[in-house]
Amino acid sequence: MEETVYKELESEEYFINMGPQHPSTHGVLRLVLSLDGEIIRKVEPHIGYIHRSIEKMCEHDSYQQIVHLTDRMDYLSCHINNEAVCLGVEMGLQLEVPERVKVIRTIIGELTRLSSHQLWWGVMGMDLGAITTFLYGFRDRELITDIFEETCGARLTMNYNIPGGLMFDIHPNFQKRTKDFITYFKKKLPEYDDLLSNNVIFRERTLGIGNLSKEDAISFGVTGPTGRASGFSCDVRKHHPYSAYNKVEFKEILRTEGDCYARYQCRIDEMWESLSIIEQLIDNIPEGPYKAPTKAVIKLPKGEFYQKVETARGEFGVYIISEGQKSPYRLKFRSPGFSNLSALNHMAQGCKIADLVAIMSTLDLVIPDIDR
Amino acid sequence: MDNEALKEFILQRVPEAELAQGTQYLQVVVPAEKAYTLLSELKSNPQTSFDYLFCVTGVDWPQHMEVVYHLKSTTFNHMVVVKGKISSREKPEIETVCKLWRTAEFHEREIFDLYGIVFKNHPDLRRLLLTDDWVGYPMRKDYDDPVNMIAY
Repeated sequence: MEETVYKELESEEYFINMGPQHPSTHGVLRLVLSLDGEIIRKVEPHIGYIHRSIEKMCEHDSYQQIVHLTDRMDYLSCHINNEAVCLGVEMGLQLEVPERVKVIRTIIGELTRLSSHQLWWGVMGMDLGAITTFLYGFRDRELITDIFEETCGARLTMNYNIPGGLMFDIHPNFQKRTKDFITYFKKKLPEYDDLLSNNVIFRERTLGIGNLSKEDAISFGVTGPTGRASGFSCDVRKHHPYSAYNKVEFKEILRTEGDCYARYQCRIDEMWESLSIIEQLIDNIPEGPYKAPTKAVIKLPKGEFYQKVETARGEFGVYIISEGQKSPYRLKFRSPGFSNLSALNHMAQGCKIADLVAIMSTLDLVIPDIDR
Repeated sequence: MDNEALKEFILQRVPEAELAQGTQYLQVVVPAEKAYTLLSELKSNPQTSFDYLFCVTGVDWPQHMEVVYHLKSTTFNHMVVVKGKISSREKPEIETVCKLWRTAEFHEREIFDLYGIVFKNHPDLRRLLLTDDWVGYPMRKDYDDPVNMIAY
């Protein structure tokens, strides 16, 4: 008798598809979940829906053209991606860019990080059912987008960095508008805490969910705020300073909990740090040329050049193998989202489906960055 | 460990390794058969402890293929680039490093997908970015696809 009851209640593993068109995957990412009731046993990411083979295209393009492909990858960190290629090419040419360029690149990079985190914050709230945060996030992001529009002419896939410097000088309004934005946003950032950080429902859904230990973070190559929330000190700005990061003071935000809430808090704290970096630099932009002279056709010497930068999502690497031609022989983009996604299965095992949405949100995935 | 000590460390374990000082990192070229031995030693030895594999790249050269591993130690902050040289372009094979660094699972699947390099003992070696029925390996230099590729 007892045995029959047990058999009737025995559960069977089954599969569901999440995506490729699902609002919380933030793009065309398909996850095959194998479930036991509501408990996740395995998550299998299927990627490549928007694979454009950018690396193959790069093998036929000039170095100036390659820069413009990178902002189509992680479109929320476009300036930082562009900067990575420019720094890689400048390393190959052994070209020292003017101080003015370094400082402007750093400011623009931090503004990009802020706008990316603002969007993430808005979307994260919406994923967990709070639509207000989405409106708040976009309201504040709009101001940064306006600054970018004025200086480089575009609002999303922006191109401002070129090998050797910048396309053109900053707009005369740039400094004033950035300072206005800092004053404004310093008042608004505590609102973010009021709305989400101390919200009981939000804390219940993120505290202790999706744990990732420091060892696993290193083994999976999880970087950026996601890795730092697990205690993995991986901030490229600290470890391998580029542009003007060695001239400014900022803290590397580290947490040890490794859960969704720690990742959330890491990004909020990073916004404060970004504001402080911009504040230190905005009044101290040195005078001088905005680009170093380069040849019309750039040929890198034979050799290998690896440049890494810290995007809003983590460590972004550009690995150039040059044979002395005007195009690279091989160019590899080490994208942060790709490695971060590989840890998803590990983090989500044993969680519920609703928790998976929270984990995905705190990983802050941008799919074109993963598919390339 | 500085580069000189690293060189000595590597040569003691794999005498046939070719070492070169690149523009940034120390580069080590080893035959594909020896790559796993060296990598596992670099990972597990407490003197080196390269616990962070930040980039895995496949490269197609005219005569051979290469898998490039970029390694960093989070304890000592030193870095090294290990290149596994695969002599056969027709049937390229190399041992997987998934057991050492779990990030390799995705990276190796991507390389298999785009270069056709088979990673032996990989737990789940399938195409990653392209569809399962795709013919050929697009990142190879001799790949030709008149439909999807634009001729320059």
